[in-house]
Amino acid sequence: MNIAFNDETFRDDFTFRNSPQAIRRFPFPFHEDSYMYAVNMEPHVPLARDSAYGTLIDVDEHYVAEMRDRALVLKEDPLRYQALPHMMTAQWDTLELLMEQQAAGYPELFTLTRDGDRWHWINRPLNIDQRFTFGDAATLPCEPLEYITRQAQGDFCIVDQRDGNLWMDAGMVTTQADWSLDFDIGMNFMEWHGPVPLAHQIGVFDRALKFLLNLQQGRPVRRLNWTMTINARLDTSPENYHKWGPDRATVTPENVGNKVHLRCELQSLWRLPRSNGILFVIRCFLIKMEELVTVPKWARRFHRVLRDLPPELADYKGLTRYRPTTVAWLAKYDDGAPTSPGFFPD
Amino acid sequence: MLVQGIKSRPVYTGLAIDRHAQQHLFALEGEGALAFADALAQADRKFLATAEILYVPAGSRAARHDLGLSAAGPLDLWTAPTVPVLLNRLRVTLQTAAMGTRLYIAGTEGFIGEAMQVALDAGIDFNSILTEHRGSSARRVQCVHCKGITEEVITSPFTCSHCGLPLLVRDHYSRRLGAFQGVNVDAEEPGSAPRPEVMFP
Repeated sequence: MNIAFNDETFRDDFTFRNSPQAIRRFPFPFHEDSYMYAVNMEPHVPLARDSAYGTLIDVDEHYVAEMRDRALVLKEDPLRYQALPHMMTAQWDTLELLMEQQAAGYPELFTLTRDGDRWHWINRPLNIDQRFTFGDAATLPCEPLEYITRQAQGDFCIVDQRDGNLWMDAGMVTTQADWSLDFDIGMNFMEWHGPVPLAHQIGVFDRALKFLLNLQQGRPVRRLNWTMTINARLDTSPENYHKWGPDRATVTPENVGNKVHLRCELQSLWRLPRSNGILFVIRCFLIKMEELVTVPKWARRFHRVLRDLPPELADYKGLTRYRPTTVAWLAKYDDGAPTSPGFFPD
Repeated sequence: MLVQGIKSRPVYTGLAIDRHAQQHLFALEGEGALAFADALAQADRKFLATAEILYVPAGSRAARHDLGLSAAGPLDLWTAPTVPVLLNRLRVTLQTAAMGTRLYIAGTEGFIGEAMQVALDAGIDFNSILTEHRGSSARRVQCVHCKGITEEVITSPFTCSHCGLPLLVRDHYSRRLGAFQGVNVDAEEPGSAPRPEVMFP
């Protein structure tokens, strides 16, 4: 599969866009016309090749530009990558997993050759050719987790499992929906989800934790999460909130289509073989409202979801200020017709 | 405006003397001395023979709580002039602490957070530490933007003592940093920050 990589930006002039193919493969997160938190986990198995679920670690037309944006974030704020000292085995587990998945899914882009612990990695889109010794961090230009996550789309957290809990002990987080790795590193599952409203009370996190503690190797799971972002900004971190927060006040009826984005996180969770940790991949997809409404089913459904969202959820997701303008704009694309079940376009 | 009930908010369950500990190490600040006195009243006094107290009077110097601590008759009582000095002593003491040592911390939330950090660095499981909040509820807050920590925050919003942004104090708490999180309150509409209200007297 040949991918034409976009030359685009996620800051300043925001030239990000989705091709018609990228729109069709967007992982639209609503299977019905309303939304509430749920432990919506399912086996992470491949679906149609032309969807975001075609491979288990997806690479798309935004790959090169996203990796460029990550490098810019790290240059400005190196604390977006952190790993506690006991996580080195899990770092190698993650490097292996991502290299294997990328090479298997996109052999024309990535090649991994192994001779015992002597490995050879070729990343053609980023022009990287690296020989190293698996398990010897001195043979890579930086720590293994940082090395491979500078070459993979999405944010990555590794959680350690001990005392019947999961601990956020390493991560590369530059495309996040307003949470801070630097603040949350070292926290357990309940603590780092502390700020999420409503979900604790309905037992979502208790059930999710119980489920994840029993996650099996070779049987990854996935779930979708979503929020909205003004301008195609990947780095909506709390660290930079004072820089991107003002964008939320710039939405007008005229610019909704281009400025307002649905932001979907395709989250996948993988048990790691040596460390028994769990790799938590949070892959962010953005779609402009004007792109979304080219799929009539999604236009109708997202109008209804956004209109009927509980206020606490709208507040937590930071939508309150521009929700009415966006709902009014989307209403033009909702004729009231029923929508078919499931995520995919008709 | 303050987001309440967040799960990362520490719970301080109070000091109770552990009968099975071989040694008892107390890090007490200000009115934390009264938490010790209350725990003592509930306990078999035998533990005093293996009790070491590190105390800093801080804001309650005038109340002379050190006299009460001394009168209890612990194996050792050491009084520090300031919190950083006490934390240094705690660090050194933990380096040579024997198996079976139980750590107790009492005082303001900021002090508990800082003493807890020292204990975590020494490899103690936080679940095994007994804590009690006494005195002011002023908070240590980390600015999520510039990462600077401001001590003794009693209002929300407050002005970051490092970068000057007006910050909302969230209930989200990091044990690793020993601090609450402060987030710019008027990011979406600069200049619209509400007046500071005393939230943590």
